[in-house]
Amino acid sequence: MIEVENLTKQFGTKTAVDHLSFSVKKGEVLGFLGPNGAGKSTTMRMVTGFLPPTSGTVRICGVSVIDSPKAAKRHIGYLPESAPLYNDMTVTGFLKFGAEIRGLTGAAKREAVDKAIETCFLQSVAKQSIDTLSKGYRHRTCLAQSLLHDPEVLILDEPTDGLDPNQKHEVRQLIRRLGETKAILFSTHILEEVEAACTRAVIVDRGRIVVDGTPQELIDKSGTGSLTDLFRQVTTRDTAGAAA
Amino acid sequence: MKDVWTIYKRELGSYFSQPIAYAIIIIFLLLSMVFTFTLGNFIETGDASLTYSFFLYLPFVLTVLVPAVGMRLMSEELRSGTIELVGTYPISLWSVIIGKFKAAATVWLIAIALTFPIWITVNYLGEPDNLSILSGYIGTVLLASTFLAITLFVSALTRDQVICLIVSSAICIGLVFATFDPFVRQYSKALPTGVKDAITSLGVWDHYLSLARGAFRLQDFVWFISIIVASLFGTSAILSAKRS
Repeated sequence: MIEVENLTKQFGTKTAVDHLSFSVKKGEVLGFLGPNGAGKSTTMRMVTGFLPPTSGTVRICGVSVIDSPKAAKRHIGYLPESAPLYNDMTVTGFLKFGAEIRGLTGAAKREAVDKAIETCFLQSVAKQSIDTLSKGYRHRTCLAQSLLHDPEVLILDEPTDGLDPNQKHEVRQLIRRLGETKAILFSTHILEEVEAACTRAVIVDRGRIVVDGTPQELIDKSGTGSLTDLFRQVTTRDTAGAAA
Repeated sequence: MKDVWTIYKRELGSYFSQPIAYAIIIIFLLLSMVFTFTLGNFIETGDASLTYSFFLYLPFVLTVLVPAVGMRLMSEELRSGTIELVGTYPISLWSVIIGKFKAAATVWLIAIALTFPIWITVNYLGEPDNLSILSGYIGTVLLASTFLAITLFVSALTRDQVICLIVSSAICIGLVFATFDPFVRQYSKALPTGVKDAITSLGVWDHYLSLARGAFRLQDFVWFISIIVASLFGTSAILSAKRS
């Protein structure tokens, strides 16, 4: 469903993503781990067609994002890292707009909006203006807009960032459930989420994949049974340069 | 086309769900009437025409007020990050640009249409040439659209609305004052006639006033339309360049 080959992104002389290749099949949830600045968000932005890659290919459900962006984007639901929203709209108004821009009309539009509100537990704030929402609700509203058109591919950039432990748990359950019928790529800093929600995980460091495997394989590889230890072994700390 | 309509509806809705559109429309109506009845000498002149009492002063009012309507168009998307949502919707960049431009132009269409009491007044007091008044209104709408397109272009360059307002107002003020007759008389003394004519035909007045006097000349329409089209293409180019 998501096929990424030799994806590279350069900003000036800096290489943010360096010949990255991976694929996510239907029914898979791929956890994207790595330190800040490893190129996770940049990769996701290229997969969704927001950033054009310097080189390499991305195919979504067999459609190239670079050659036919419109067709490919139809299959994708995307939650950006900062969960951006139009603050002047109500939750329902924003979701209706999102459904319309995805080509849904009439009864299908109403159904999609109702279902997204239900899935993301937004009933209590549905009529509220977005600028009055708390961070947790904002995040879930943005998550809801990514689910409106029931996409086959979900790209979630830190979907649990800024949520409280209960909300984190709910979102993980949701990702797990959705992952049964979709291909999901999600990034996170929280290593326990890998075990809680992923079928596979990769660790990215300085634009390259350094570890790839199922959560169990990753734990075995660490030698100590702790994902944190593995993470610290394979990634470069941003203080490393100063120490050397 | 449907995408343009969806963007248009959202954008127009956000203008009228916040005080901004109302505030600017009211200020526009007040200022245009203040000029008409003071500097324009509408009553004392006793001339059944709106050319030199009303239309003559509108370019000055529009230089600042049009950018105030347009400043949020792209800046706000860039600042809040919603550009990332827009950029991953299955729609073209042009739908977004055209939809936004039309929404802001609609605000101005409403503002300009609401000056109709002056048209009723002049018809009540005398027998004006209504065709040249209509022509003046067409000129005003074209002028507002031109300033708006310039503002849209500037707003694609910055995420700061205030900077967008200042820069685009400065450009509009430049276009208006550089060829305002009292100024032209000053600098034309030192310049050959050919150069002077070249400058005046590049500025607002030559084209705007000919419409305000009721003359339909092809070159005036070409002038307005070419600035609008160039600004829209510029907006598209800037937004595409910003992503890579």
